[in-house]
Amino acid sequence: MAAAVTGIAMRTGAARFEANTATRDPVWVKGLVLFLGLGFFALFLLLPLIAVFVEAFRRGWSVYLAALIEPDAVSAIKLTLLAAAIAVPLNLLFGIAAAWAITKFDFRGKQMLITFIDLPFSVSPVIAGLIYVLVFGAQGWLGPWLGEHDIRIIFAVPGIVLATVFVTFPFVARELIPLMQAQGRDEEEAALVLGASGWQMFRKVTLPNIKWALLYGVILCNARAMGEFGAVSVVSGHIRGLTNTMPLHVEILYNEYQFAAAFAVASLLAALALVTLAIKAYVEWKAAPSTPPGEAP
Amino acid sequence: MATVRAHRVLPGFGLSLGFTLAYMSLIVLIPLSAVFILTSTMSVEAFLGAVASPRVIASYRLTFGASLLAAVINVVFGLLLAWALVRYRFPGKRLVDALVDLPFALPTAVAGIALTALYAKNGWLGQYLESIGIKVAFTPLGVLVALVFIGLPFVVRTVQPVLEDLDTEIEEAAASLGAGRWQTVRRVVLPTLLPALLTGFALAFARAVGEYGSVIFIAGNLPMVSEITPLIIITKLEQYDYVGATAVASVMLVASFILLLLINGLQSWTDRRAGKGA
Repeated sequence: MAAAVTGIAMRTGAARFEANTATRDPVWVKGLVLFLGLGFFALFLLLPLIAVFVEAFRRGWSVYLAALIEPDAVSAIKLTLLAAAIAVPLNLLFGIAAAWAITKFDFRGKQMLITFIDLPFSVSPVIAGLIYVLVFGAQGWLGPWLGEHDIRIIFAVPGIVLATVFVTFPFVARELIPLMQAQGRDEEEAALVLGASGWQMFRKVTLPNIKWALLYGVILCNARAMGEFGAVSVVSGHIRGLTNTMPLHVEILYNEYQFAAAFAVASLLAALALVTLAIKAYVEWKAAPSTPPGEAP
Repeated sequence: MATVRAHRVLPGFGLSLGFTLAYMSLIVLIPLSAVFILTSTMSVEAFLGAVASPRVIASYRLTFGASLLAAVINVVFGLLLAWALVRYRFPGKRLVDALVDLPFALPTAVAGIALTALYAKNGWLGQYLESIGIKVAFTPLGVLVALVFIGLPFVVRTVQPVLEDLDTEIEEAAASLGAGRWQTVRRVVLPTLLPALLTGFALAFARAVGEYGSVIFIAGNLPMVSEITPLIIITKLEQYDYVGATAVASVMLVASFILLLLINGLQSWTDRRAGKGA
């Protein structure tokens, strides 16, 4: 058996299974699994994606461009970029701090902290918006005080930013924690022993070790920040030109039966999703080149 | 684990943990606690009136029922897709592998209008389904379609790595002991994948229960028929019924917390099965 295995171990990926009589499926099974699996994929994932672009260009380039340079669309694009530009760096900072504390030190309640970090993922986006209404809304905890000082958070830009921060909260932290846990503390400790300052250690040892996971977390965080709908919808108030993000603008256009314009703005968001997936695939390929499949311990 | 180290070598413990706790409290914990604090001020009758009215009960039935069914569908087809991606060679595989994550990356509102364009009465698929008497858009079936869309990657991405790490030797042993291919898959491979399948199922279910954006366009939102619970919260908010909205939200939050605990348990079971446990 050892001889048979060495020959197979050289092959990578699926070829390894297809060359081995014990793990090879009959041709008709392979055909059936591919037909059902890929058919499902095409019907539920590929077709909606294609539909976005086809519907966007249905009435031609001029209608498409007009929908994107219209003032309300431009202000929605600006607000979406602003919300992401605030939420992503904040959660990046949080992700690094949380991962540093959790993976480099021992303390009580660590497991609970990790569970709490995941909370925003298991909360409905609608509830994510609701909680800020309860805190900052006119009838909320801070409502009267905010009213006196003429500060608007709900139905204004700060509320949109807060809701975006909430829904993208765990992304960076949860990419970093498992990786830094696996990497341990030795390299940082060695750097300190050799005389590096805390900042030097972080910049020259930690950062290079985590850069791909960091980038991975940031692009996923950014995609969600720009695409969030439910949470932002609750706190936005849907004021055209002022508190509409791109997904909310899509909704308004769609509900006004301006389908071509709705899909035109939606196609920008779909393009963003495709770019995100492309970077993600690149990062995955870049981050794991060293262990060929089949030889992992 | 419980004992704190006498001296810490690495710097930044106080700063990083302090910032983490302060930021998490401000953004997540304190605002979330508002739901329960406001709910606790309600009388029992008012609470039940808000969370157990027939319209709200109908929305639970739809939300949890459709989420359950969608998660089951995702387990079946997610397993097939993960199997195809790990075990078979086929053209376009890398593209399929990358696009499986589309529901994570595509904004839910975009998914919602795209699915509606496909399944509406005169839509790409809807016109053919309509002619054989199947209505998808603006019915509970539409809700199901949207939930299947957003849940698929959860199953594929939890099963795929486990399938990749699966030692071929167990299958070789089964085959050499005379098991047929189907017997090997059913008695040896599938039991190993069970924790991952259940985790994927729970993740897809949990996501589906809270989903809003991809559903509301295709659902039609008819009260008692195709109205999901998150939309009930929004409707109550728009009627300035903050207390009622919060009461329904508290029910959903409790359901989410139970699911989160369940998922944590399942995930550690998956890791132990895969031999990665401590």
